[in-house]
Amino acid sequence: MKDFAYTRDFKSRVLIFAILLAASIIVVIPYIWMLSNSFKTTIETLTDPMHIIPQEFTLDGYIKVLTKSPFFKWLGNSIFITCFNTIVILFTSTLVGYVFARFKFRGRDFLFAMLVFTMMVPAQVTMITTFIIIDDIGLYDSVWALIIPSFVNVFGIYLCKQFCEEIPRELIESARIDGAGDFAIYWRIVIPQIRPAIGALAIFTFMEYWNDYLNPLIYLSSTEKMTLPLALSYFSTQHSTDLSATMAASALIMIPAAIVFIIFQKQFIKGLSMTGMK
Amino acid sequence: MAEVILKNIKKIYPFTEDEKKKDKKDESEQQPMNLQITDKGVVAVQEFNLDIADREFVVLVGPSGCGKSTTLRMIAGLEDISEGDLYIDGERMNDVAPKNRDIAMVFQNYALYPHMTVYENMAFSLKMQKFSKEEIDKHVREAAEILDITPLLNRKPKALSGGQRQRVAMGRAFVRDPKVFLMDEPLSNLDAKLRNQMRAEIIKLRKKIDTTFIYVTHDQVEAMTLGDRIVIMKDGFIQQIGTPQEVFNNPKNLFVAGFIGVPQMNFFPGSKLRFADGKYIVEILGETFELPGKVAEKLGDGAEVCGASGEREVVAGVRPVNVVISDDGTGIDAVIEVAEMMGSEMHLHMNASGTEVIAIVPTLNMDIDEMSAGTKLKLKLQTEAMHLFDAETEESLVK
Repeated sequence: MKDFAYTRDFKSRVLIFAILLAASIIVVIPYIWMLSNSFKTTIETLTDPMHIIPQEFTLDGYIKVLTKSPFFKWLGNSIFITCFNTIVILFTSTLVGYVFARFKFRGRDFLFAMLVFTMMVPAQVTMITTFIIIDDIGLYDSVWALIIPSFVNVFGIYLCKQFCEEIPRELIESARIDGAGDFAIYWRIVIPQIRPAIGALAIFTFMEYWNDYLNPLIYLSSTEKMTLPLALSYFSTQHSTDLSATMAASALIMIPAAIVFIIFQKQFIKGLSMTGMK
Repeated sequence: MAEVILKNIKKIYPFTEDEKKKDKKDESEQQPMNLQITDKGVVAVQEFNLDIADREFVVLVGPSGCGKSTTLRMIAGLEDISEGDLYIDGERMNDVAPKNRDIAMVFQNYALYPHMTVYENMAFSLKMQKFSKEEIDKHVREAAEILDITPLLNRKPKALSGGQRQRVAMGRAFVRDPKVFLMDEPLSNLDAKLRNQMRAEIIKLRKKIDTTFIYVTHDQVEAMTLGDRIVIMKDGFIQQIGTPQEVFNNPKNLFVAGFIGVPQMNFFPGSKLRFADGKYIVEILGETFELPGKVAEKLGDGAEVCGASGEREVVAGVRPVNVVISDDGTGIDAVIEVAEMMGSEMHLHMNASGTEVIAIVPTLNMDIDEMSAGTKLKLKLQTEAMHLFDAETEESLVK
């Protein structure tokens, strides 16, 4: 009986492993392909792009990205926009989420419903009007065009509200009796209680703005104001694409995102599983 | 240290918009509780008048939904007071923020801040009041010493047992030396043994810190053992205020009589109280008992009590310790249904012509085997400890 259970267990383990392995390969292949091509010469990327091991290993792509383009300027732009947005969104989302979860005021549910409703409208629908407003207030071709419209993030508010609702009422009441004001309660009691949500939201937001291609493309025109994802288009001309440089740039762009994920992955997974992405 | 005065306090929970709509749709739908419902909302507490003296320990007790916690929360400032006045130390507190009332509260689930160590938990209120680091340290260490939690100061609440958390919660509350100490069912999350221990701790703590205590519980044993005075509540109204002895010996009405005392007082509805020849006679389940002079005195003038007919219907009440097994073959017929052996005494649950009667009898000099289910007995009631209640108003007739 024990042997049978063992074999059955073993078989199912092998099966699960095989499925996961196959799925992992499908997910990982594009990244390996990208890395492999970033180490090939431009000619080789064009003639033999599918070969994983480069015939002639070269760092030309990386050198070109780092020396022939204002890469570090773009990196600075990307870091500034992404970090600024992430910090502001974390602040506004936790604060507004807490208010929606814990304060009673007239029209609260209606306001929240309106906010959630905006989540259902695709960004493309408001793209033109947003562009006109940004242009009108003179923010076209400014990094602020990518920052100011992002101050409030409905998903973040929603996520934080869900987490704030889970905080026991007595904890907040106890702090109130202990002499904490509303902001002190928010800062010293609520924020530490919703750390998993903050971790998850930080990663979501970071990824969103780090990888954002469309908005920088719409609002930025000068080369020195571009962000990293736009750099990918920098190496493409109308007639040809420098695949080696593009892949090298892609690989470089990925590094900070990977670092952020590795640092926060525990909280990220906790945040995902706790919310169930309700 | 402070005097707390509650004057005609009332709490109304207004209907929410949804409830209003629901009420319009289905007027007949009844609330599952007996609280009064007005146009404004559900009345959770009303006509609450209580003067709590400086350094007094007052216990609010009653079944769930009676308004005891609501009252405590109004004193703490966590709930608005709909009507009436609250004074702490002579100052009207209705519109004063909780942090400015100089009170401390221990919650049922302790409400320790999970991300802070015990030390930080205890220091939090002092920090909010901008005490210096040295002062905070001094106060926290003193409090920890008193409660015997010094070795736990660096631990997080997660790493503490229930009893330890309870101590920390109390430490956190009294570290800042509040005028009034509020406790909302602080022991109900503990197991029976720990609860007894902590009850003793609270009594000791009280001697040490000597301040005004207001304590909420649904457990009448806690109320009896801790309180200088007990306030018994039901459906938002105060039923009786008195010392533990007073409410036990002279319950004002049927509810108090049934609520205080374990096992519950035996009630005999449909009993008759007669007054003839200057004597009070009670007829219970066909047996007559003459009331002794002491009880008769408390009942007062017979003509007034029993009216022109000389007879009135009452509910007689006798505590289980005052029900005795008759040894002369006379008395109320009863059959044992369940016999609970408690060691030095036995709890006999009996049926006397359809009325449930509980008796506590000492096991000394008793043949225990005889006292099993099905055994028929004759019962006598000790009339000197008999309570009589009006059949309609349920108020006590014994003043």
